[in-house]
Amino acid sequence: MAELNIAQALNAALSSALEDDRVVLLGEDVGTTGGVFRVTDGLLQKYGPDRVIDTPVAESGIVGAAFGMAVGGMRPIAEMQFMGFSYPAFDQIINHVARIRNRSQGRFTAPLVIRIPYGAGIGAAEHHSESAEAIYVQAPGVKVVVPATPYDAKGMLLAALDDPDPVIFLEPIRLYRSIKQEVPDEAYRVPLGVAAHLRQGRDVSLIGYGSMMREVNAAADILAAEGVSVDVIDLRSLVPFDAEMVIDSAQRTGRVVVVQEAPRSAGFAAEVVAQVQEKALYSLNAPVERVTGYDIVVPLRRAEKHFVPSVARVVAAARRTLEP
Amino acid sequence: MPMSIEADQGLYDYSTRPQRTPTPEGDPGLSLSDDTRLGLYTRLQELRQLEKRAYDLFMQNLVKGTSHLSLGMEAVAAGFGQAMRADDYAFATYRGHAHALSKGASMDGVLAELLGRQNGLMGGKGGSMHLSDAARGMMGSYAIIGAHLTLANGTAWSAQLRDSGQVTVCFFGDGTTNIGAFHEALNFAAVWDLPVVFVCENNLYMEYTPIDLITSVDHPAADRASAYGLERIVIDGNDVDRVYDTALRVLEKARSGGGPSLVEALTYRSGGHSRADPGKYRPAEEVKAWADYDPIIVYHQRLLARGFGEETLTEINNKVADQVNQATEAAKAGAEPELESIFTELWADGGSTWRN
Ligand SMILES: Cc1ncc(C[n+]2csc(CCOP(=O)(O)OP(=O)(O)O)c2C)c(N)n1
Ligand SMILES: [Mg+2]
Repeated sequence: MAELNIAQALNAALSSALEDDRVVLLGEDVGTTGGVFRVTDGLLQKYGPDRVIDTPVAESGIVGAAFGMAVGGMRPIAEMQFMGFSYPAFDQIINHVARIRNRSQGRFTAPLVIRIPYGAGIGAAEHHSESAEAIYVQAPGVKVVVPATPYDAKGMLLAALDDPDPVIFLEPIRLYRSIKQEVPDEAYRVPLGVAAHLRQGRDVSLIGYGSMMREVNAAADILAAEGVSVDVIDLRSLVPFDAEMVIDSAQRTGRVVVVQEAPRSAGFAAEVVAQVQEKALYSLNAPVERVTGYDIVVPLRRAEKHFVPSVARVVAAARRTLEP
Repeated sequence: MPMSIEADQGLYDYSTRPQRTPTPEGDPGLSLSDDTRLGLYTRLQELRQLEKRAYDLFMQNLVKGTSHLSLGMEAVAAGFGQAMRADDYAFATYRGHAHALSKGASMDGVLAELLGRQNGLMGGKGGSMHLSDAARGMMGSYAIIGAHLTLANGTAWSAQLRDSGQVTVCFFGDGTTNIGAFHEALNFAAVWDLPVVFVCENNLYMEYTPIDLITSVDHPAADRASAYGLERIVIDGNDVDRVYDTALRVLEKARSGGGPSLVEALTYRSGGHSRADPGKYRPAEEVKAWADYDPIIVYHQRLLARGFGEETLTEINNKVADQVNQATEAAKAGAEPELESIFTELWADGGSTWRN
C-alpha cells in the first residue's frame, strides 16, 4: 500500500498494465516528458520506446493508429492532452472506434483506452477546461468512465484495459493532485458500470461524478451537519450507467439532486433525471434538481470558479428539494 | 541552410542529444533604407521588451491562465509585420503576443488582456492564447494545432473573390506540420491559388519533443512544399533582414495573383514551451548557441557595423522601455471584467441568458 494521488495511481496502473506485452502507450510527449500532467512519468525509461511512444501532434493519427493496433490484437492506451484536443480525433472515435464491432458484425473489435484529462482547473479557458463527456456518451459502442479517487483511478484503468470494448477514460484535472489515498501495490480491478455508494441516507440523494465529487461530498458534509440524512452516489461510469443504484436511491429518498460540471443543456445529468422520472416518478417528493455549469464557453481563471458548480449551489439545490 | 542537424541519439534524455545549432550566413547586404532598418529594429525591441514584461507579470502571478512566449523568435513576426499591408490579415497561434503587436495591436491592449482586464483586446475574457484585433486584421490566436491554417484559406479566398488585394499570413509551429489540417490547407491554397502565406516558425521543438524525432523529413514545412507544387523556402528566422526580404517577395507574389507560399523560418525559443516549463530537456550547448545568435543581438551588431550610432539604438531601446512601462501601468489600471460578461457573445442576440 502507498499513499497516492490520482496522477500517481494512474501511473502505477499504467506501469502494471505495461507488464502485458500487448499494452502500448501513445500520445504527445508521453515518453520523455511523461505527459503534460506527468501521468506517464518514468514509463519510457522502464518499458522502452516501442511501448511508450512520443507521437507527433496529430490526434486523428494517434487514435487511428491505436484503433488499428487494437484490431490487430494489441491493447493500446492513447493519451489526449486535454478534452479540447480530442476533437480532431472525433472522426476516428465516433465513426470507427465506436462502430467497428457493429459494422463488422463482431468480426473486428477495438479494445483500446483513450485517456482524456477533462474539466476546469488550470484557468486557461475553452479547450483546456471543458467537459464534453455527453458527446462521447452519444456514441454507442464506446464506454465512458470517470474515476474520482486514486483507488478507483487505478482499478478502473486496469478494468478498462481488460474490457472487450473501447473505453473513453476521463481524468478530472482538478482532482489529479488534490486527494491522496491508500492504493494497493498489486493490480486490482474496479468493475466498470458499477456506481459507488459513498453514503447511505434517507432524505435526499446527491448524485455526481468525476470532477464534481469534491463539491458533492462537501455539500453532503454540510447537509449532514444540519441533520439531513444524505445518500451520496459517485456514478464512476456513464456508459454503462448504473441505473439500478440511482433508481433505488431515488425510491428511498424521494429527493434527487444531480450534479455535473458540463454545460446544462443535454448534459449527462439530463439523462439521469430522465431515467429517474421514468422509473421512480411515483416515489418523488420534490422535482429533481440539476446543478450544472452554464451553457457558455468555459471562461478564464477568476470566472472559471464561477462556472464550476459550487458547494453552495449543491447545498441550495438539496435544500430546495427538502422544502415542505 | 542555416542549421545543422546531427544524427539521432539519446532517445531517453533529449538534453544529451547532439545540439542543433544555427549556422549564420551574415549580412545579406540588402538595399534597405535607414528608416526601414530602424523600423525593423524598433519592432524587434517592442516585441522583446513587451514579452519580457509579460514574463515578469506572470512571475508575479498576474497573468491569467497559461501563456506561451516567443522570446528569441521575434524576428519572424517583426519581419513579416513590417512587410505586411495594414489591411492584410494575420492568423497566429497561442504563442501570438508578438504577432498581434506586429500587426498593430496596442501594447496596452495586449498586456491588459494578459492580466484579464476590461481594457484588454478581448475585454479580459480571452487571455494570452486568444488575442485578436479585428480593426487591424489580426484575425486571432488559435490554440488548436493546425486548425487556423484552414481558416486562413477562407479569408484569403474572400480577398480573392472580392479582388481586394489583401494577403493572409498564417503563422504556426514546426509541430503543426504533422497534423492533417496542415496538409488539407496547403492543398486548398495551391488548387485555388489563394493569396495566403503560410509561415512555419521552426523552433525545433513540438512542445517537449525534438521535431526531428517525430517528422519524416528534416525540414518539417519546406520539405513538404513540393507535395503541393510549392517552392521550397527555408530561411534564417533569426535574421530579421532575411525574413523581411522573403516576406516582401512572397506577399507581392500572393498579391499579384501568383498564389500561396510556404516559408520555413528557423528559430529557437529561448525559454520553455509554456509558463510551467523550464525547458530543461534541451542540450545546454544548443540553448547557448541560439542565445548567442539571438535576433536582437544579431541585428544590433549589424546596424552598428553598418554605421548606425550606438546612441541611436539606445534611444530606441529607451523609448520602447517607456512605452512598455506606460502600457503596464495602463493595463494594471484596468478593471476586471464583470462576472456577468461570461454570459455574453455566445449567440447573436447578445447572450445566452435565454438558455441559462
Ligand atoms: C489539436 C491540439 N493538440 C494538442 C495541443 C497541445 N499543444 C499545444 S502547443 C503544442 C506543440 C506545438 O508545437 P509547434 O507547432 O512546434 O509550436 P510551438 O509551440 O513550438 O510554437 C501542443 C501539442 C493543441 N494545442 N492542439
Ligand atoms: Mg515548435
